[in-house]
Amino acid sequence: MAALLASAAPPVVSQPIEKRVELCYVCHGRNGHSQTPLIPSIGGQTSFFVVAQLFLFRDGRRGAAPRGMADAARPLSNDDLRAFGEFIARLPPPPPPAGKVDAARAARGAALAGQHYCAACHNPDYSGREQMPRLAHQREDYLLKALRDYKSGARMAYGRGMEDVMADLNDADLADLAHYLSHFPAAARRP
Amino acid sequence: MQRTEATLKRTLQAAAIGILAASFGAAAMAQEKAKPAPAPAAKPAPAKPAAEEEPFWAIGRPKSSPDAMKMAPVPAFPIPTAADKLPVKKIKLPPGFKVEVWASDILDARGMRQGDKGTVFVSSLFVAGKIYAVVDKGGKREVKTIAEKLFLPNGIEFHKGALYVATPKDITRYDDIEAKLDSPPKPVTVYDKLPGDVPHGWKFIKVGPDGKLYFPVGAPCNICDPSDKYAQIFRMNLDGSGVESVVKGMRNTVGFDWHPKTKELWFGDNQRDWLSEDMPLDELNRVTKQGQHFGFPYCHSGMMADPTHGWGKDCKDYVKPALVIGAHAAPLGMRFYTGKMFPAKYHNAIFLTRHGPWNRTQKYAADVVAVFIDAKGNARMEPFLTGLVENNQYLGRPADVMVMKDGSLLVSDDHNGAIYRVSYGK
Repeated sequence: MAALLASAAPPVVSQPIEKRVELCYVCHGRNGHSQTPLIPSIGGQTSFFVVAQLFLFRDGRRGAAPRGMADAARPLSNDDLRAFGEFIARLPPPPPPAGKVDAARAARGAALAGQHYCAACHNPDYSGREQMPRLAHQREDYLLKALRDYKSGARMAYGRGMEDVMADLNDADLADLAHYLSHFPAAARRP
Repeated sequence: MQRTEATLKRTLQAAAIGILAASFGAAAMAQEKAKPAPAPAAKPAPAKPAAEEEPFWAIGRPKSSPDAMKMAPVPAFPIPTAADKLPVKKIKLPPGFKVEVWASDILDARGMRQGDKGTVFVSSLFVAGKIYAVVDKGGKREVKTIAEKLFLPNGIEFHKGALYVATPKDITRYDDIEAKLDSPPKPVTVYDKLPGDVPHGWKFIKVGPDGKLYFPVGAPCNICDPSDKYAQIFRMNLDGSGVESVVKGMRNTVGFDWHPKTKELWFGDNQRDWLSEDMPLDELNRVTKQGQHFGFPYCHSGMMADPTHGWGKDCKDYVKPALVIGAHAAPLGMRFYTGKMFPAKYHNAIFLTRHGPWNRTQKYAADVVAVFIDAKGNARMEPFLTGLVENNQYLGRPADVMVMKDGSLLVSDDHNGAIYRVSYGK
């Protein structure tokens, strides 16, 4: 696949960004609202975060990340990274996830988020800022995967913080956090 | 073009299906794993106090302040600024000096050292994780990457043909490097017994006038009373033997150098965070004796006992800084000026970078100061290269300085991924 992309490859620069982003939608869903397990929603993500992640994919520093992303990012120029970052940041953020809030898990997730100061970097409404991603309404399965990858070291964080904050969280904690953040703000309402 | 698009799309679709298949497996596994995990209604409180679970840089942060809660370290953007967009026109210098872009497109450019044949080696931190070699080709600078995917490789030194690279874990050596820039040799391990902690584990290294390699091991925390592996500057023989402590009570130095006349070691020290907007003041220290203690974690800036670790301690028991250089100013690379190009007042003065605070709502510094030292060792500072803070944002952030053979001064800017050259006269 890599060889195919490499040989087929002149970057599709002459296309307007609205067209080029269709490639992202193939996996990440229309407007970057993912319908696919373990693939994150990217709509409304911060531009710095998108650029930083594409940069890490392009550099081969996202560990065991899906091949598709590494291959898609490899031919991108710095200007491409900026263009995707800016466009994706302007897409609407994902809608609330389907499925019910589990009140007990949400309460545990809320407590953990408080103890670990998630909102200090990711904003009190979990909308993200700069290199720190939007978490609200992200797919729960993806949040859990990302948290596990940070914890195991399979994924490097862009900046300091995530590795350190993960040290004292166990797998059940990660699942509760993912549930809470995915369903935020609904999960924050007291029953 | 159409075909390329179509090919890419098909490939991605195939990849998506692959991911889907894999993910269903993973999801099933996750469920399998999740099942036995009990979901107790009242989970016992974590055994450790919450304060110990924060990211290291956040410990001690006042939770009552919304302004403080919004502060986090500012990483460099993952794309270097294009040469024509660099903020050189914003930079201010004393009369008679000028600044130009010397090299650009060096992501995360931090430490600088010059080889015997003129190569300028540039280190980086986590954003790039690379070591670069910048070669002058008839006035044009060519940037080569000579090592990559390294772990916080901030510390570099050039000595007798070899490039030394220090990470939080180890110090390695690339022999005869200037002859091998296009196919760098595998590095030789010099020392691999460093603690390897991320907090303040990245290094600044330099060979001293005694021919030994000096390296710091910073405090593995914002504020703590660490074991005797930490919070010191050490030195060792160039083969990694004979490690000994030189300086104690040091929190995090990212720059030091020796006075060209007195041969005394001077080092910058980054003080703790979250005490207050205006305290403590970062330090420039002068070492007159091996084993001196500079106060961390008991006394800050030579003038205030730490609110937690300072009880029963007295600042007069520790060596006071030669100069305090501002709250959270972040002293990084520094060098005594040993060139001839600049006016006499700068000879044997220190050029010191202040990276600028993250742990302060009002940003300042992001500059190079000149520090003048009199015969008694008294120090005073003057602004030298300024102008990189605008609307409470950094336009650039100096990270290291280096005196070139012609006496000009290179200044690296990790925020923009560039190196500037400051010269005097025509």
